[in-house]
Amino acid sequence: MVVGGILVLAFSGALGSASRGFTSVLVDVQTWISTRFLGFQDFFTAPRDSVTLRNRNAELEAQVSQLQAQVIELQQRVNETEILAALVDFSRSNPESTYKAASVIGRDPSPFLHYIIINRGSNDGIRRGMPVVTNQGLVGRIDAVIADAARVQLITDPASSINVYLQNADTNAVLYGSLTGDVGLDLISQNATVEAGDLILTSGLGGGYPADLIIGQVVTVQSLEFELFQQATVQPAVDFSRLEIVLVITNFRPVDIAPLEPAATPAP
Amino acid sequence: MRNLIAFPLLGLVVILQSSMVSQVKLLNGYADLPLILLAAWSLQEQVDSAWHWGVLTALLVGFVSSMPPVVTVGGYLAVVLLARVLQRRVWQAPLLAMFSVVFLGTLFFHILSFVVLTLSGTPLSFGDAAGLVTLPSLLLNMLLSVPVYTFMRDLSYWVYPVEE
Repeated sequence: MVVGGILVLAFSGALGSASRGFTSVLVDVQTWISTRFLGFQDFFTAPRDSVTLRNRNAELEAQVSQLQAQVIELQQRVNETEILAALVDFSRSNPESTYKAASVIGRDPSPFLHYIIINRGSNDGIRRGMPVVTNQGLVGRIDAVIADAARVQLITDPASSINVYLQNADTNAVLYGSLTGDVGLDLISQNATVEAGDLILTSGLGGGYPADLIIGQVVTVQSLEFELFQQATVQPAVDFSRLEIVLVITNFRPVDIAPLEPAATPAP
Repeated sequence: MRNLIAFPLLGLVVILQSSMVSQVKLLNGYADLPLILLAAWSLQEQVDSAWHWGVLTALLVGFVSSMPPVVTVGGYLAVVLLARVLQRRVWQAPLLAMFSVVFLGTLFFHILSFVVLTLSGTPLSFGDAAGLVTLPSLLLNMLLSVPVYTFMRDLSYWVYPVEE
């Protein structure tokens, strides 16, 4: 009876306002419960999410450092490729010589000496006395060889002396190294007119180096009337502090002219 | 048996000297890592293989360097001798002994290098050698003395464990 009465009232529209009030309360209650539930859910699931986020962050950081390492490696490869391309251009423009490329892997442990160590040796056909160059100019020559490595005496070494030719002045001189790594010219004839900027090439005299390898340019000239020869300071074409890859000229054999030099005769 | 660590360690140090340390220049000088390592090892009281290490260092550096063998052999063995002498006299102040050995050892090594190279016909300026090579090298060697000494002291305890 009661249910029937309620149904009749509902269908006749008499319960409309009461029903709206009831529904509104119901929705409010449900909203309140749902909000609290979500709050609780967040509270209990948040730590698990932060752990996941932390892991993900670590993964991404690892990925970033891996990519950074890759970028550095690729940049290094680009640099190497650029150097090799320049060396290939150089070898193509000088087809009379045959070359073997080598990486610089070390320097002499003593600060008194200017030597480098390269990763090519007798197994690659490298022999003592072979000249070493880059696309910029002369670096030095092979001083000692083992199976897979060789030691190169730089032209800046204090014990190094090379017969050179000054192109503009059309005269010969001797290039010598020093302890500080600077190179200078000596034994320049007083009759020669040497100026700053003059190009210096190997002369080939003495048989230690092939002719016409670029060495550098004259920077300053010291000419004193009471001295037998003029002297000059030189700006080498090669940057010896940044040597990475060099070329060994493998078809050049140095000539030993020692037997042709007159023996010192003892004074009577 | 643990003394065999000398072979890989000294080999590694010579490689580091040739490939890295020689690139870190102060003026024209750079540190001599094998010398510092040898000095630190020879100063350890319990070490009885200092001379062997000295010979091995001289051979390894002599193999890589173009320096006449008399300099490497004479120089490194002189460092060992100096360290053994000072270790007995200044044993209460090991760091003072370390600084003294590195200072005097570097000085002796450079003087020997200068004399031998000059006698063999290499023209060297004494002023340049002293001011641009020896003094900066001395400074760098002294800077490296403390960390190398600490490392070698720990290594000596590993090679010569204290019996209880």
